[in-house]
Amino acid sequence: MEKIIYEELKVGDQIPKLVKAPINRTTLALFAGASNDHNPIHIDLDYAKEAGFDDVFAQGMLVMAYLGQLITNWVPQKALRKFDTRFEAITNIGDELTCSGVITEKIEIGNEKCILLELSVENQEGERKISGSAIVAIV
Amino acid sequence: MIDKKWIGHSFPSFKVKVEEGQLQFFAKAVSENNPIYSDKEEAIKAGYQNIPIPPTFPFSLKLAQLKPFENYKDMGIDLRKILHAEQSFQYFMPVVAGEELTLEPAIIQIYEKKGGTLTFMTEVTSARNDKNLLVFKSSVTLVIRN
Repeated sequence: MEKIIYEELKVGDQIPKLVKAPINRTTLALFAGASNDHNPIHIDLDYAKEAGFDDVFAQGMLVMAYLGQLITNWVPQKALRKFDTRFEAITNIGDELTCSGVITEKIEIGNEKCILLELSVENQEGERKISGSAIVAIV
Repeated sequence: MIDKKWIGHSFPSFKVKVEEGQLQFFAKAVSENNPIYSDKEEAIKAGYQNIPIPPTFPFSLKLAQLKPFENYKDMGIDLRKILHAEQSFQYFMPVVAGEELTLEPAIIQIYEKKGGTLTFMTEVTSARNDKNLLVFKSSVTLVIRN
């Protein structure tokens, strides 16, 4: 991980994007177990259909975990102060997700030099699945 | 519809252990390449005392109970009708494998939209470490399709 110099960062800068492998059913099953979210709507097709969906779909928190990786690939996690997301659309089997972030503000909070990031996750068709923001301290 | 009487309600706090094996499983499930999230030695080299919990893992700690959705059922929520609308984390101190945390969930907001066809509910869970210091807050907003 390269050292980030606060003074060199500019509003409008993109942080390095993260592209994840297409979502498949194994991804969802593993994430259900690993994340303690055993909600069957993500892993049991019969249950999902009963609930009115055509198929199982990804856990929102799986997609947010990918977005978290975007941040921790750029700065050490210790720098992360706040991380917010809004889930805008369901992520389906086969979706290939790209996580991206842009610097929207440089601001001092307390005694810390902080960066505000605007975040988003889109699929291969450019449909936004998650929008979000984060505050990271550059130390 | 959820009864508005639940606004401000705190559920009983509970303890949860941060398990190294669970963190390694999580790292595998999200194809995490950074070794600090699965290898204790690498985590120590990076300045942690053990494998750190990744940014969204507080959500999973909240679910690390035998019956994680029991509170929602008590509130009369049909699990098939809920979707995750928003999620927010605030981080105050690092949390690593081996720690035991005390989690305190509370319902802070319930409101309707679209003429009552959708109910939004926000629950905030605060976590304290064994020194009683606040380590994170996790806020989940669910939408219930009535």
